[in-house]
Amino acid sequence: MAERTEKPAEGRPVVACDDVHVEFRTLATGKPIKPSMSSGLLQRGRSLRTVHALKGVTFVARANESIGIIGTNGSGKSTLMRTITGLTPATRGAVYAKSRPNLLGVGAALIPDLSGGNNIILGGLAMGMERSEIEAQYDEIVEFTGLEDFIDMPMRTYSSGMSARLKFAIATAKEHEILIVDEALSVGDRDFQKKSEKRIRDIRERAGTVFLVSHSMRSIRDTCNRTIWIEKGELRADGDTDAVVKEYEQHR
Amino acid sequence: MSMSELAAANSLERVGARPSFTDYVTEVWRRRDFTYSLAKYRIQSENERNRLGMLWVVLRPILSAMVYGLVFGLILAGMRPANFVPFLIIGVFFLEFFNTSMNGGAKSIISNTALVQSLPFPRMVLPIATVLQNLLNFMPTLLLMFVLTMLWGARPNLSWFLFIPLIALFYLFNQGVALIFARLTVHVRDLSQFVPFISRLIFYTSGVFFDPRTVLEPYPTLQAVYAWHPLNEVLAIARGILLDEYSIPWDYWWKLAIWAVVILVVGTVFFWKAEERYGREN
Ligand SMILES: Nc1ncnc2c1ncn2[C@@H]1O[C@H](COP(=O)(O)OP(=O)(O)OP(=O)(O)O)[C@@H](O)[C@H]1O
Ligand SMILES: [Mg+2]
Repeated sequence: MAERTEKPAEGRPVVACDDVHVEFRTLATGKPIKPSMSSGLLQRGRSLRTVHALKGVTFVARANESIGIIGTNGSGKSTLMRTITGLTPATRGAVYAKSRPNLLGVGAALIPDLSGGNNIILGGLAMGMERSEIEAQYDEIVEFTGLEDFIDMPMRTYSSGMSARLKFAIATAKEHEILIVDEALSVGDRDFQKKSEKRIRDIRERAGTVFLVSHSMRSIRDTCNRTIWIEKGELRADGDTDAVVKEYEQHR
Repeated sequence: MSMSELAAANSLERVGARPSFTDYVTEVWRRRDFTYSLAKYRIQSENERNRLGMLWVVLRPILSAMVYGLVFGLILAGMRPANFVPFLIIGVFFLEFFNTSMNGGAKSIISNTALVQSLPFPRMVLPIATVLQNLLNFMPTLLLMFVLTMLWGARPNLSWFLFIPLIALFYLFNQGVALIFARLTVHVRDLSQFVPFISRLIFYTSGVFFDPRTVLEPYPTLQAVYAWHPLNEVLAIARGILLDEYSIPWDYWWKLAIWAVVILVVGTVFFWKAEERYGREN
């Protein structure tokens, strides 16, 4: 046991997923499309459907890693990330973490009618920062968004790329030990994508751990040193980015 | 080595476990700046959306006081309580704070699903921010109430300071109710459709436009039970302070205090018990 944790090449474990299963039970509504599928008067319309979104995922993430998460649509990537943060409970299995992982999800705390500037304060507080911390970083955040001229305008007047910039800037203002980025980069323009990828690498250099969910293999290659491929709720591959991405691209 | 051993060896904690009650309350307190800002910014954004802005906060209760005044002033004709106009205004204005808190509390979790699903913070922040927002909105209404009752002959005096403990108790009571409904609607989503009816029922029974003590005069047992109606207690005390025609029923103070403490404690524990449940779809 001792020799494994002491291995110099590997950082300390910060997140451990132990055979994680997630099942969603939802009321399927609506009539079956094909008449042959309907089964009697009583069952029509509503029936309880179980979606097995994750089927036993196991891995350990370590300090100083940035891990790409890839896989086709609906394969369970977002579900896995939400389970790691504790926002979706595991039906079976367990997730252990050093500190509570943060999903880059500050967007939901912002109020569209407020100015970008007020939203920076509100978003920072929502992530658990102190007001003094936010005020100290305020200028830096505004500069990162590149929205100096619009910061007093209500957020609802922003374009989708502009709000994505604001959200990303707020979310990464906090020192994250474990940060999860799910498709947040895809809306920004080329410049902003580069800037945000750099910021993710910075977080990693400060001994943080980053999970990046993306369909852009270029983003994954540029930012991640390890990649996990999730397919139909199962962990299909886990390892060096180049190898896993190559395998994934051949599979398609 | 098994995964749980690895976790233990590296002091990793299991994600998603509900914190102990004291830890929870401490964390809620630590987030007070967020709670307050949420309330403040929501008021600000609401004011920006409507042309008349902040004015709506006082216009709404005035308009409903006028409607109730017209309708019940005519229906009740002969048996109107003494000094009817300020009597009614006090009732409507105070009930507005209760109603908005109960309705807002009921919606505080279910209408913020996206927020609950994307950031970790003690969920109790949401119903607290809602009631705080209503308390802040209640302040200008209160001022207006003082002005209006003065037009009908009330004169400021030292006893008006009793409004401070009265509103404090009323606030705590409303907070407790909001917490209870915040959790109930998560379990029974359809309940949120019922809440407006419940609040209307409470509105009509709490003596907004009639004086239950005179109405129930012939039935002493009923009167004794009714003395425990928390909202009527609030209204009766407020009228006792402001209007010469009414006296402050002193026993209502401790009855209301018991209500406020019990409901708040029950609400807090009840809400905390389901902390992991909020925002979950399955
Ligand atoms: N709340 C839910 N209720 C029912 N089923 C759900 C729910 N959330 C996700 N699912 C199902 O779980 C599966 C995985 O979804 P998930 O969002 O994790 O996919 P994803 O890998 O993130 O896809 P994408 O690449 O499109 O983002 C899908 O089949 C989806 O239908
Ligand atoms: Mg997804």
